[in-house]
Amino acid sequence: MKSLVSLLLLALASGSALAAGADLGQAQQQATNWTAIAMFAAFVGFTLYITKWAAAKTKSAADFYTAGGGITGFQNGLAIAGDYMSAASFLGISALVFGSGFDGLIFSIGWLVGWPVITFLMAERLRNLGKFTFADVAAYRFSQTPIRTFAATGSLVVVAFYMIAQMVGAGQLIKLLFGLEYTYAVVIVGVLMMAYVLFGGMTATTWVQIIKAVMLLCGATFMAVAVLYQFGFSPEALFTKAVEVHKSHDKIMAPGGLIKDPVSAISVGMALMFGTAGLPHILMRFFTVPNAKEARKSVAWATTWIGYFYILTFIIGFGAIVMVGTNPEFLDAKGALKGGGNMAAIHLANAVGGNIFLGFISAVAFATILAVVAGLTLSGASAVSHDLYATVFKKGQASSADELRVSKITTLALGVVAIVLGIAFEKENVAYMVMLAFAIACSANFPVLFMSVLWKNCTTKGAVAGGFTGLIMAVVLTIGSANVWEVVLQNPKGSAWFPYNSPAIFSMSSAFFVIWLVSILDRSAQAEKERAAYPAQQIRSESGVGAATASSH
Amino acid sequence: MSEIVRDRIQLNPKFLQLVKKRNAYAFVMIALVMICYYGYILLIAFNREFLATKLGAGMTTSVGVPLGVGVIVFTILVTWIYVRRANSEFDAEMDAIVKEGRQ
Repeated sequence: MKSLVSLLLLALASGSALAAGADLGQAQQQATNWTAIAMFAAFVGFTLYITKWAAAKTKSAADFYTAGGGITGFQNGLAIAGDYMSAASFLGISALVFGSGFDGLIFSIGWLVGWPVITFLMAERLRNLGKFTFADVAAYRFSQTPIRTFAATGSLVVVAFYMIAQMVGAGQLIKLLFGLEYTYAVVIVGVLMMAYVLFGGMTATTWVQIIKAVMLLCGATFMAVAVLYQFGFSPEALFTKAVEVHKSHDKIMAPGGLIKDPVSAISVGMALMFGTAGLPHILMRFFTVPNAKEARKSVAWATTWIGYFYILTFIIGFGAIVMVGTNPEFLDAKGALKGGGNMAAIHLANAVGGNIFLGFISAVAFATILAVVAGLTLSGASAVSHDLYATVFKKGQASSADELRVSKITTLALGVVAIVLGIAFEKENVAYMVMLAFAIACSANFPVLFMSVLWKNCTTKGAVAGGFTGLIMAVVLTIGSANVWEVVLQNPKGSAWFPYNSPAIFSMSSAFFVIWLVSILDRSAQAEKERAAYPAQQIRSESGVGAATASSH
Repeated sequence: MSEIVRDRIQLNPKFLQLVKKRNAYAFVMIALVMICYYGYILLIAFNREFLATKLGAGMTTSVGVPLGVGVIVFTILVTWIYVRRANSEFDAEMDAIVKEGRQ
């Protein structure tokens, strides 16, 4: 087994941890933990009950995609936070802090700064222009078929990479947390996620996210408070003790090897900042609230919860240095953490709350993956049914019932695909996949969305050309980077032909440039019509006049 | 929503003024977040020593920690400041413009 600690150190040494995303790596199967399994079973029972309630309310396509548009800003904020706070970020960031202290803070900040961008630029315009998917917004005044085809491709590619990372993470986690086999996890996640989405649609998915977000925030708060309580609520005392016992001593209070060259740092920063504003499963959440006011509120709440959560993981990581790193009960013969570096937060749960709390945190960590995968599936299904089937193939002539049927079939198909890919990628290194999803989201989805909404002269041809340029460049340059070229494809060290950790700075700029260039060169009659349609679009996007309203129930 | 209302809103100079004002405000806020975040990243890349400086004599906490937590808190605050202004002032002005268009 490759130990997680050595993997993490390896990633740090190559300066790639920031680009790799918090990854769960390969894990060793632990003894079966019945408390954790029982707690998880309780969570599943409760959420399936909610799904049953949601199923009764899910009748039309609008119910399925947007929960009828009746979610409040506060609820949606929690659900968005639930979508974003993954098991990898909880265990991975606390593990990064446990391993190298301060660097964990730098890492988590990067994941937060995209949220204001969404609030200021996207939230209300998405709500005002869209109905079910972000393609509704991007295609508002454009020729439907090409834009929808592009948007569906962008969504599905992002969903696929994000999903593989989650499924493999689930398989590794179940070995660590429940002591069950990898395949169990993949099948359990696949089947439950299908049940939530298939029967309860967006209503069930939203409530699963909310419940999980509340559980995760409560659990993490309890751990952070328990740690600070030991030190009389003085962070200084906590840091002093941590520096004393950590093998790197005072180095954990200063930036380490996380950022090597400024170009990579800025490129990764751009991917995180603007990629967040291009993730289909996050963008989809803005259609579940009744109006622009609530859409803005939901991002403000989401930002608050996510930021608060990252501060907690920093405290939890330092708490683990002191309370886990010094306790032989949690260490193996070589002095490394039992089960690998990502167990820092899990062992800390045991240290501060005993076996029952350990079970609770384990169940929450697993439930987290389940909820994220459900959200991803729903956004993938809506891209296929709403964008491809109803708009591209049926030219907008599909009935709500037909569209709903296609989304359910797609959900089933995606569930099977997720299980198959989860099993296929078991032994693969998937650390780069979440970052790749962000790179594509910021280089393909975000520029098209941004330019179509805010730039009068943007045309269909420009948007499609630029969007595909960004998508292809993000993928190709990622393949050429050391994380994939050398680590995954096993080419000799030093042979990677793209020298930076993230393609974003190049691929996103190119996408914007191509959209601009092709749009201004586009002299077709269609382009003229599209430019002339901008003022009408602007009125709806800025004022909300004519925006889709919440369905009546 | 009739096209007459839309045309009236479009012809109302207040509409574009408000859009301009709100966009300008949003871009200033984004610029603030970007300066704050990339400033922090560049500080890490070029001036590690500063971030490693202790807060006070004999203390363990380094300057980087409150600064880092500060970036998180700043991000949250900026978001709320924008949302509050947009949900009260900007929305009220927009409602008035839409109302004028409906008359």
